[in-house]
Amino acid sequence: MSDSSEPIISISGLTKAYASGLQALKGVDLEIRRGEIFALLGPNGAGKTTLISIVCGLVNPTSGTVVADGHDIIRDYRNARSKIGLVPQELHTDQFEPVWATVSFSRGLFGCPPDPGYIEKLLRELSLWDKRNAIMKELSGGMKRRVMIAKALSHQPKILFLDEPTAGVDVELRRDMWQLVHRLRTSGVTIILTTHYIEEAEEMADRVGVISKGELILVERKSELMKKLGKKKLTLNLAEPMAQVPSELSDWDVKLNADGSELEYVFDGRAERSGIPSLLRRMSDLGIGFKDLNTHQSSLEDIFVNLVTERKAS
Amino acid sequence: MSAAAFNARGVWAIYKFEMHRFRRTLWTGLAVPVITTSLYFVVFGSAIGSRMTEIGGVPYGSFIVPGLMMLSLFTESIFNASFGIHMPRFTGTIYELLSAPLSAFETVLGYVGAAATKSMIVALVILATANLFVDVHIEHPVAMLAYLLLVATTFCLFGFIVGIWAKGFEQLQVIPLLIVTPSPSSAAHSTRSRCSPNPGARSRSSIPSST
Repeated sequence: MSDSSEPIISISGLTKAYASGLQALKGVDLEIRRGEIFALLGPNGAGKTTLISIVCGLVNPTSGTVVADGHDIIRDYRNARSKIGLVPQELHTDQFEPVWATVSFSRGLFGCPPDPGYIEKLLRELSLWDKRNAIMKELSGGMKRRVMIAKALSHQPKILFLDEPTAGVDVELRRDMWQLVHRLRTSGVTIILTTHYIEEAEEMADRVGVISKGELILVERKSELMKKLGKKKLTLNLAEPMAQVPSELSDWDVKLNADGSELEYVFDGRAERSGIPSLLRRMSDLGIGFKDLNTHQSSLEDIFVNLVTERKAS
Repeated sequence: MSAAAFNARGVWAIYKFEMHRFRRTLWTGLAVPVITTSLYFVVFGSAIGSRMTEIGGVPYGSFIVPGLMMLSLFTESIFNASFGIHMPRFTGTIYELLSAPLSAFETVLGYVGAAATKSMIVALVILATANLFVDVHIEHPVAMLAYLLLVATTFCLFGFIVGIWAKGFEQLQVIPLLIVTPSPSSAAHSTRSRCSPNPGARSRSSIPSST
């Protein structure tokens, strides 16, 4: 069961159809490796939260199985759930409870004996120790989120789900959150997080899964995905339309659009040299003027569109 | 390490949480029934009671004590249990209950246990308050407590269903207001009409505390 090569979570053929007729998941197969940080990317409504909710026991699957650390999440729910901690997307808290009480309550719910030493360590780690007697509604949004994490970790889970951990969180707190996730991983916790920020996946994840319209369309190592995501596009609105791309510009991968009034240059945004300054210098040497310019990074949305169309084509 | 077959600590956590909520709202939780009971005694006990004859050898004031206790027990039980489970649904904190290794039975046990404890405390506080106004003589204390417990549990279970069923706070109020509050009144009415023609024949009211 604790064989390190065995996946800590294996999901097979998971589907979910809501009573409204919405097919939220259409047969998801996924294996999460022990000790990794896995980022689940997807636009809103793609099925990320549904997938997490099924694994954590909040939503019943329509079909398919999930095994968490060797325990089926339905037949053996007690063992499965005691291995899992969940930080939901929304800040659901008991407004009138003190921090210490609400974290201890979570530990109790999961059937663990009281352990004030561990709770203290947890609160100190999350910089909540000074606020242990404050009631929840007095806390700022960022602190509430940290309390939610403390609650999720109160029963020392092996697997932690973070649903949009940095949604609506300021830059500084986001950094803190990323550091925390790395520390948790070092302590041996497997982390699955959902996000629609590409830089978040980039910063934290070992592997990335892309989910769209209830289907897991890609699971890849982060480094592989980033290569695909790294393309940028420069568009120049020319002062004078051109009939064809001058041969002097053939060193750059440029093409004409919009009846020759737009020049488009696609480059690798992650490369050390973009080639833009030299392109512009050459253009000015040639006397090609432009009225406006803009750059566009291939967004997650573009990647989804590409992936979905690729899938349809194949 | 494998989880136990019964998550007693989880049940205890819910029970403690609910009882803590009760302590926090002690003023409304206890003061309201005490004040209401006192008013009942001022109105029914003094104003009407002085004109009423004894019922089955029991003074009118003492006769209504069990009825007042039961009335509060019904409404408090339904209110406490429905509110207890509806709150996490409303605030969203129910995610934690659902993700915890708790069975449905354990969840119900925690919430209904706490709600029943609360409504029994309220009933006993009413009994103590009534004792200040009229002479209350308890014939079968054990039977009385057992009866209170059974009724409280039954109505708390019903309240739990209401709390799960209700889609909002308005619906949460509908059941206690439309069904529960009128029903003891009608029951009291029928008891009285049964008692009136032949007071000696039926001296026991709903609980055996004032006979």
